Amino acid sequence: MSVAPAQFEPRLQRRRRAGAVFSTACLVVTLTAMATLLILLAAVFWEGWPWLTRKFLANMPSVLSPEEAGMNSAIWGTFWLIGLTALFSIPTGVGAAIYLEEYARNNRITRFIKLNITNLAGVPSIVYGILGLALFVRWLHLDRSLISGALTMSLLILPVIIIASREALAAVPNSIREAAYALGASRWQMVRHHVLPAALPGMMTGVILALSRAIGETAPLIMIGALTYVAFTPGGSFFSEYPQTVAGVCDWLTTAVTDPFTAMPIQIYDWASRPQPEFHHLAAAGIIVLLAALMAMNAIAVALRAWQQRKAT
Amino acid sequence: MPSALRKSKESAIHTGLFLCALLSVLTTAGIVWVLASESFHFFGEVSLTDYLFSARWTPLLEPRSFGVLPLLCGTLLVALGALLIAVPVGLATAIYLSEYASPAFRQIAKPVLEVLAGVPTIVYGYFALMFITPHVLQPLLPQTEIFNAASAAIVVGIMIIPTICSLCDDAFRAVPRSLREGAHALSATKLEVSTRVVLPAALSGVVAAVLLALARAIGETMAVTLAAGMTPKLTANPLESIQTMTAYIVQVSLGDTPAGTIEYQTIFAVGMTLFLITLGINLTAQRVLRRFREVYE
Repeated sequence: MSVAPAQFEPRLQRRRRAGAVFSTACLVVTLTAMATLLILLAAVFWEGWPWLTRKFLANMPSVLSPEEAGMNSAIWGTFWLIGLTALFSIPTGVGAAIYLEEYARNNRITRFIKLNITNLAGVPSIVYGILGLALFVRWLHLDRSLISGALTMSLLILPVIIIASREALAAVPNSIREAAYALGASRWQMVRHHVLPAALPGMMTGVILALSRAIGETAPLIMIGALTYVAFTPGGSFFSEYPQTVAGVCDWLTTAVTDPFTAMPIQIYDWASRPQPEFHHLAAAGIIVLLAALMAMNAIAVALRAWQQRKAT
Repeated sequence: MPSALRKSKESAIHTGLFLCALLSVLTTAGIVWVLASESFHFFGEVSLTDYLFSARWTPLLEPRSFGVLPLLCGTLLVALGALLIAVPVGLATAIYLSEYASPAFRQIAKPVLEVLAGVPTIVYGYFALMFITPHVLQPLLPQTEIFNAASAAIVVGIMIIPTICSLCDDAFRAVPRSLREGAHALSATKLEVSTRVVLPAALSGVVAAVLLALARAIGETMAVTLAAGMTPKLTANPLESIQTMTAYIVQVSLGDTPAGTIEYQTIFAVGMTLFLITLGINLTAQRVLRRFREVYE
């Protein structure tokens, strides 16, 4: 056995101590990052919880008396906005993902489309707002309506939906495709009856997460000019203002999508930017409602993921 | 089904799906067209040199001046401040989660960080204005203004921690086990393995994560609009009120500037600047990932 040369000092104790200090520091930093979430939630609940009353949910916004103000029109506005956004963005997003994963050959056009989608996902949301303002509000004369907002939001979340759906499709094993072809299925039959059902839970998780991003987006809505004081819900009340017929429903829907609107994040922004402290409490109460909506959507996504994993094993 | 009919149905579906995919290209074309055509009018009246190098930004007040530098300065002050917070925290968290943490701890920490990433930016803006500035910054540094760049930088930093953390975590976990085991066999401690083997091996991923987070911080709008103020100025003092490019765009669109005027066109010029900067950073991040990735069998 050779003896280690004199100048070689492993200094093991010192190195182990440095390692212990480092790992503790990393743990502390990790816990601090996680604690920030708690502090944020505590600050919001502290300010907003007493103001979160039934009146707050049922009343319309008011500039004059913060005590009477509510976010009824904002809640309904968000509800309509997300519904319409889902209607536009899910079919096109899933369609684009199916094209890229199941149909496209690996040529220059396909590679360009893929690169383009990656880059679109990194474009700031306010730039989509500028696009919506110029394209939908001015050029197509849709004005500051619900449909302008929903179309802008759809373009914004389309890359997210495409990327998530592509991942879900790519996770479907190739043997399923080959088995379908072997039984004489056409490409669309293979996709429609075998690949899509298998990829559906994963896709839905991605779609829900994309829509929950849309719920919180503020900047594009401000750009296209969503208003703050809207004292009615889109379309008004169906039961008291329209005939209860098919024509009545169509009438109600067209009025709703062309109405000006407000949404939860816009309302919160307006309240938070006012100097009076009463409005800050309203903003905090609004944030609680917004976070509750987000939590509900995330819970659905998590449940779907768990269900999918259970089915897979 | 007769085969001719089936074939035409198949090709109709093929075309329909292709059009869906093409929509994303049209979106990009739309963004570029809208920004370029309106900026073209703007630069017909304001010279590019004035825009890029003049040090005053007062498009809404007389005498007007269209130098974008103050807005750029505000944006960089917030974005770099955010990186100052998010890079050490995100990196340390990622190292802890990938190298040290037990699977049970990971299972709790990952969703918590995901929630942190999912909180809307308007909520962070509220947090900066109502909590960070009055309860953290002003007690420590009494000269802090109500609207200041520091509070915005802090919350934007918190906002991009999850981005950096999860991308770095992915990069660290892609480093093969054999490298770690080799270093351990040479009697390296865990600290040495993490910082001298894993970190260098995953460096391209780390750099890309920081670049993507930087692009997000530059494009971030609502938190800085609420917390950082509306006074464009060239300053390096984070305790003062400033204005970012995004906050300026919001300010103009909230006001009643008539369409077609030069004031109105400024939002497209500033939007174009913002778009080009973030696109440049994103493309660089992708290049770094492609060019410098260490490939292991």
